[in-house]
Amino acid sequence: MVGGPIRIYVPCDAAAISVGADDVAASIRREANRRKIDLELIRNGSRGMLWLEPLVEVETGDGRIAYGPVADGDVASLFDADFLSGGDHALAHGMTEQIAYFARQERVTFARCGVIDPLCLADFEAHGGLLGLRKALAISPTEIVDVVVASGLRGRGGAGFPTGIKWKTALEQLSDEKYICCNADEGDSGTFADRMLMEGDSFSLLEGMVIAGRAVGAATGYIYLRSEYPHAIKTMRCAVDIWREAGLLGDDIERSGTSFDIHIRVGAGAYICGEESSMLESLEGKRGEVKVKPPIPAISGLFGKPTIVNNVLTLATTPFLLAKGAAHYNNFGVGGSRGTQPFQLAGDVARGGLVEKAFGVTLRELVEDFGGGTRSGKPIRAVQAGGPLGAYIPTRGFDVEMDYEALAKAGAMLGHGGVVVFNDTVDMAHQARFAMEFCEIESCGKCTPCRIGAVRGKETIDKIIAGENRAENLEVLDNLCDLMTNASLCAMGGLTPMPVQSAVKHFPEDFGG
Amino acid sequence: MAALIDKLEHAPARLICGRHDNRPDALLEILHEVQTAEGWLSDDALRTIADALNISRAEIHGVVSFYHDYKRRESAKHCIKLCRAEACQAVGAEALAAHAEKKWNAPTSGNGADNQIELEAVYCLGNCALGPSAMIDGELFGRVTPERLDALAEQSIEKAERG
Repeated sequence: MVGGPIRIYVPCDAAAISVGADDVAASIRREANRRKIDLELIRNGSRGMLWLEPLVEVETGDGRIAYGPVADGDVASLFDADFLSGGDHALAHGMTEQIAYFARQERVTFARCGVIDPLCLADFEAHGGLLGLRKALAISPTEIVDVVVASGLRGRGGAGFPTGIKWKTALEQLSDEKYICCNADEGDSGTFADRMLMEGDSFSLLEGMVIAGRAVGAATGYIYLRSEYPHAIKTMRCAVDIWREAGLLGDDIERSGTSFDIHIRVGAGAYICGEESSMLESLEGKRGEVKVKPPIPAISGLFGKPTIVNNVLTLATTPFLLAKGAAHYNNFGVGGSRGTQPFQLAGDVARGGLVEKAFGVTLRELVEDFGGGTRSGKPIRAVQAGGPLGAYIPTRGFDVEMDYEALAKAGAMLGHGGVVVFNDTVDMAHQARFAMEFCEIESCGKCTPCRIGAVRGKETIDKIIAGENRAENLEVLDNLCDLMTNASLCAMGGLTPMPVQSAVKHFPEDFGG
Repeated sequence: MAALIDKLEHAPARLICGRHDNRPDALLEILHEVQTAEGWLSDDALRTIADALNISRAEIHGVVSFYHDYKRRESAKHCIKLCRAEACQAVGAEALAAHAEKKWNAPTSGNGADNQIELEAVYCLGNCALGPSAMIDGELFGRVTPERLDALAEQSIEKAERG
């Protein structure tokens, strides 16, 4: 950096704020005033090393130097240690990008997250923003779809459907109106990548949505954002205003002939609305009840029109595909799982946070090398991968590669990339019961296997826990799980058996086995 | 009759519906805004919304009762939402919830004595690496131990009393 005031970065990410980032930012400003030091304090997104939050960074000629976790009371001592010139301190970690946890990642979707001010368009452009959009505006819709197909990108929401095929289907529909709906209803416990991206690189999502709009011929986009994410809602609303002001949303964007606008809709605390047909009902102002497919949304979705429903990460990755080319992205990954996946390490883990890696990294690398074991210091007993509908995996299964195919083969799933670590105090029968209880609470009620199955499942596990006819009740539970898997309308009822049956299979001792 | 209709009219709800061009697809947004303004959704508010959007009260009831966010009872002065999902369970969310229920003598999804505190269970606040997580009067907190929860709640109450 040449001249000007010293730049300090303090994240505005909700996780950082939850452990005091706002107070730290205020203290730094106060202390700088008191010492008559001119500094520019930027609220960036999080770098994803959440155990170090609030992570304060100082820009130096060689890069940024990290200090964390910084408490309000550490601020004066940081100034005393001359942290503004990168001075040594007990909380110093050296260059941020050389911290092993960060250096070993392959940041594609999250390349800008934590680097830029999420609401500064100049900063966004200086770091490669808008390149993908401008490329897309210069080529035909069919060519855009071809790039997405060739990249091998699959939906990051959990189902893993090839994004390009979905876009192609919507493009082929003849309709006066089409919609792009971004599914930002990230309800899975153990996942926070969508939130981090919206709070840390908000424009990349808008860029992806405009590209999708041009690709399929849609002029309106909706972001369905869950109400539990007030910080993300605020940031995305500001981001949309900034883009409208800059002419990047609206009529005839950059004189390309493409018109597109985005509206933000806030959910109301229903987990099921992360299911696409339920989300579309909710966007229409109705109960979020799941609909029978077909027709698929790409043919008949929102208000009966062709609709693309994509997850935040899927959409935010598309600008990269356009900017760098499909082959570049396709080179990452293994087998049918191309590209990178933002994994999220959560629960009882020493170094929780976001790890973006090419598919094929093993669960052991994630939990042990990145995660560093448990935060409590107790031994790990199990990991739940893929959210509340994902399997419980015992430590002996940790060598599984984290990609769609390998996980499916192991009886597990990737979901939205969440990895929740449990220590040896966990009672797996209790966790299995919770899976059924969660389904009971969150079922939309449309189909019987899910609505009634969850209640009966919970009751049956209660009987097993109480030691009532264990062998018989385990059989009842197994039959019930099979029924839910095969007869439910959507993944809620269809996958609730996954955590239940994996818990019974891998931890029979907790079920009196 | 006229008096009865006047009494049922809920002026703020009518105004909010108008701001959304009385569009039925904006129902969730309208309900959020009315609840933010009033603290809860009263019968009068729902009747007025049904009238403005030209949809039945049964449909509105269907929507309100479907979503966990909407409240049909008056709110307590302070709202504590505790994350009860797996990632927070792995670091002691259940013990934290038990502590809170005892401390404020409030059941989850209910108001404590004097309507001072209400406790709610939420399934994921997206702060899963820094659990247990809580949201107190709209503010998110991570690594919440029982002691930290007590202190944070006290702070929130004091802040409100100072105005």
